[in-house]
Amino acid sequence: MMFHRLDSFNLNQLYLLGQTGLNLDFSKIVPSIPFILQGIAVTLSFTIVSALIGFAWGTVLSIFKISNIKPLKWFADFYTSIFRGTPLLVQLSLIYFATPQLTGYAIPAFQAGVITFALNSAAYSSETIRGGILAVDKGQREAAMTLGVTYPLMMWDIILPQAFKNILPALVNESIALLKDSSLVSTVGALDLLRRGTIVASEKFIYFEPLLFVALIYYVMVMSLTWVAQRFERRMRKSD
Amino acid sequence: MIRTEFLCKSFGKLDVLKDISTEIKKGEVVAIIGPSGGGKSTFLRCLNLLEVPTRGRVYIDGVDITTGKVDIKKIRQNMGMVFQHFNLFPHKTVLENVTYGPLKVKHLPKAEAEKLGLDLLAKVGLAEKANAYPSRLSGGQKQRVAIARALAMQPEIMLFDEPTSALDPEMVKEVLDVMKDLARTGITMAIVTHEMGFAREVANRILFLEGGRLAEDAPPDIFFTNPRSERACQFLEKVL
Repeated sequence: MMFHRLDSFNLNQLYLLGQTGLNLDFSKIVPSIPFILQGIAVTLSFTIVSALIGFAWGTVLSIFKISNIKPLKWFADFYTSIFRGTPLLVQLSLIYFATPQLTGYAIPAFQAGVITFALNSAAYSSETIRGGILAVDKGQREAAMTLGVTYPLMMWDIILPQAFKNILPALVNESIALLKDSSLVSTVGALDLLRRGTIVASEKFIYFEPLLFVALIYYVMVMSLTWVAQRFERRMRKSD
Repeated sequence: MIRTEFLCKSFGKLDVLKDISTEIKKGEVVAIIGPSGGGKSTFLRCLNLLEVPTRGRVYIDGVDITTGKVDIKKIRQNMGMVFQHFNLFPHKTVLENVTYGPLKVKHLPKAEAEKLGLDLLAKVGLAEKANAYPSRLSGGQKQRVAIARALAMQPEIMLFDEPTSALDPEMVKEVLDVMKDLARTGITMAIVTHEMGFAREVANRILFLEGGRLAEDAPPDIFFTNPRSERACQFLEKVL
């Protein structure tokens, strides 16, 4: 399926060779704009779901990493090295194509994407969160210990809130990277922004206009996310 | 109430505490003084196992807490600790700092914990700051909140680790006054301090630690006027 699509890509490129030069005509894609815009919801929900699961799993991994229980630490380190040491697109292809082969379950593209991106983002954010936890003053831990607070409660109430606050900018960057990388799911056929752009392109044999339009939407989304994050960070800082 | 037997603590090759054997009786106020690097803070931190002794025993109410078999959280609930750098929880209000232990460790009902918290804040003269965040307080105020937070667990023992060393000179008195009031209530106190006047006035006993050894253990009037050890004479010459 993937190769089939790539073939059609190449044919279209051959066709394009006949008509080079820059004559943009955005009016041609106007009827397709609603179709493309629907991709925003797909891309956003994909990003948000992956980021949330990835963040939760990343937090668990980060706690494994600072734990005294060696096997947990080994597992988390090994896990991270796997997901950081192989290309995201390879991970996505493996999960999308290998799952049906191994389990007989025909995994939908969106689901395969969410799983891949959550697992991948957890590997990256676990390092960030670990750094955030270690950066919390050790006096905070001691103060909690002398009150007789249990370890899980101390983590949850005292250490993690301060760690997350410190690493908020890094986590936002992670989500922005995730938003942009989410365009990779178009390769397995999920109807996200990029996929919709290429569909319009191949239907109408015009490439620049729909893809430029898609790029613009990504840009606006990333900039809005950055802006929201800055406001949020400023407000958090006020409570200090 | 607290007894140590041949307490030793080493950090790598550095022997910080060498065979400290002493006893602090119920209701006693003991000041631990001596030159920097003499092991005062380490000694105090061994009493609630914030530092684990390398050798020797620590008994709290007759129970040896160094065996690894006791639930140190339970022991710590009965031993409040006040730190040089306050270690207030910056993301919680003053009242939330004080009620955190009673709510989360002792599981007191919220109304009861808040009443207790407000009473204690009134005692340290900070009732009007209940809803402020720690960052809005001066150093002296922070330390008084930290004392209230430790007292909220209604401990029988209070440990003070250089409580006024990080304060501006004009704020030292307000903290010492709170501690004087506390000493009069009959609670057992162990105080690492550089405030000689305070130690002389409030303490029942002086422990003088020098080079990791307990060089002198005497009532304040004897220690300050007629110290036995040469080390103590030299130290007093410098600080008085």
